[in-house]
Amino acid sequence: MKLITAIVKPFKLDDVKDALKAVGVAGVTVTEVRGFGRQGGHTETYRGAEYKIDFVPKVELTVVVDDGTVDAVVEAIAGSASTGKIGDGKIWVTSVDRLVRIRTGEEGADAL
Amino acid sequence: MRKRALRLTLGAVAGLGAIALFPTIANAQEPDPVTVLGQQVNLLWVVIGAVLVIFMQAGFALVETGFCRAKHAAHVVSTNFAIFGLGFIGFFFIGFPLAFGGFSTSLIGLDSPVGEPLLGSGNWVFLFQGGWALSTGTITPALLGLFLYMVAFMDTVATIPTGSMAERWKWGSFVIWGLFCGALYYPLFAAWTWGGGWLAKTWDTMNLGAGYTDFAGSGVVHAVGGAAALAGALVLGARIGKFDADGTPKAIPGHHIPMALLGTFILLFGWFGFNAASTFAATDVQFATVATNTAIAGAFGAIIAMLWITHRTGKPDPGMMANGMLAGLVAITAPCAFVAPWAAAVIGCIAGVLVIESVFFVERKLKVDDPVGAISVHGVCGSFGVLAVGIFSNGSYGAAWNGSTSEGVEGIIKGDWGQLGAQALGLAVIWTVIFGLAFGFFKLQDKISKSMGKGGIRSSEEDEIAGLDIPEMGVAAYPEFVSR
Repeated sequence: MKLITAIVKPFKLDDVKDALKAVGVAGVTVTEVRGFGRQGGHTETYRGAEYKIDFVPKVELTVVVDDGTVDAVVEAIAGSASTGKIGDGKIWVTSVDRLVRIRTGEEGADAL
Repeated sequence: MRKRALRLTLGAVAGLGAIALFPTIANAQEPDPVTVLGQQVNLLWVVIGAVLVIFMQAGFALVETGFCRAKHAAHVVSTNFAIFGLGFIGFFFIGFPLAFGGFSTSLIGLDSPVGEPLLGSGNWVFLFQGGWALSTGTITPALLGLFLYMVAFMDTVATIPTGSMAERWKWGSFVIWGLFCGALYYPLFAAWTWGGGWLAKTWDTMNLGAGYTDFAGSGVVHAVGGAAALAGALVLGARIGKFDADGTPKAIPGHHIPMALLGTFILLFGWFGFNAASTFAATDVQFATVATNTAIAGAFGAIIAMLWITHRTGKPDPGMMANGMLAGLVAITAPCAFVAPWAAAVIGCIAGVLVIESVFFVERKLKVDDPVGAISVHGVCGSFGVLAVGIFSNGSYGAAWNGSTSEGVEGIIKGDWGQLGAQALGLAVIWTVIFGLAFGFFKLQDKISKSMGKGGIRSSEEDEIAGLDIPEMGVAAYPEFVSR
């Protein structure tokens, strides 16, 4: 089993959700985050005083999937979240050691 | 047909008979019914004005809370809430008599004052007395209507410093300010001016125009409030993180711009009670001129400020636009009855630029931290409004103002420099005596607090960083959100 984590632009969340459903992903967890990458921040003025906006609002998604579906899911996220403009985000894949469904106690692939 | 004609004739005869009887009714002992009705209508007008100005408390609350950070929001809004009652109590027991114990106006049927001079006499009165706790002396509906209107103006002064002192003022210290403002701080200058004291009489004692003239309070309310705002901000010091090590001001953005701008509109709405009802008479249709001049100054202030801040920083900062509207409103408050509409527009334009440059000056040069711009909006633009009376008044209104021989308040556009002198003297008094009183109060309060081991009037560093909501109020404005 693998954990797929993606940072995407907030307004792309609905598109990504639809794409995940289309490849058969049953559940996803979403967090509101802030961050920056190589794009850097920019400067604004408030009442005449300058301030730097380094962190940009983003959305972080995590899904746990079967090893076999990792590639399809990564492609689905990348395709639906892309705008071609700076700040599109990143996706990374890590291993999951153990998975449990809380309601039933099922484990492993049965818990996906 | 004949029955109807008969009824009409009887009605006409009755009517003529009633009119014919009036001279016998309106003899020396009985007041003219038309005059009495006028006084009743005028008292209603004043009470309506009072209600509108009291509603401005909501405007202040929204403006200040919107311009401050979320972690302080319950505290900031609470200072704006509590100030109404605190100032009110001080004014009720002590302040109103000190300022208005000698005041009368037949416009609302307040033919005699409830009291008399307390300190001074003739043209040199410094304090009045009478009507303590609205219980001594002759208490009439007209007097109570006056009180209600005047308490609303006092509470406007009291709430101004809560803006410049936001985010680092201890609750207990603030409470004492509220009581002090209503009982002593506001009434002092009010006694000297609106109450009929010595500054109002400089037309006689110093040959200065019609004496200090301030239709609805650019000076008596806004500059006096702005002076306290500056004094308090100086004693408290800047918020943590406001200035760099080298003194460069850093932006601390407000958490709710829509709230702040909504509050600005509510202030605009209430301002029609502030200025127009200061005719004290609906029978004096100058109230329409006043209301319109008020709107003109607010509109031009907002737009010129929008253009000016865009020119200065590249974008139309919403907070500065809001300050621009308020600046125009503050500046027109003194001259609104005495100037032509074109002058109201000019005053609004000047105020719109002045407030922005003043915010920059206060922050960058004086290194004073004013989260909402209270010092600039009220102190600086209020001072400009006071002077504007001496510049733009066109002599069309204000005959016998302050009991003078003036035929109409005139400024230098009519070639009269005396009025400007009276205004300048009033301003000098505000920025020396009144500012000194406020500064002395906050400094003394701070000293006493520290000597009692309570740490002064400024909140502790940990409280300020955590946000004053929980440590001071026990309640977070937004408990479900993480704030910085």
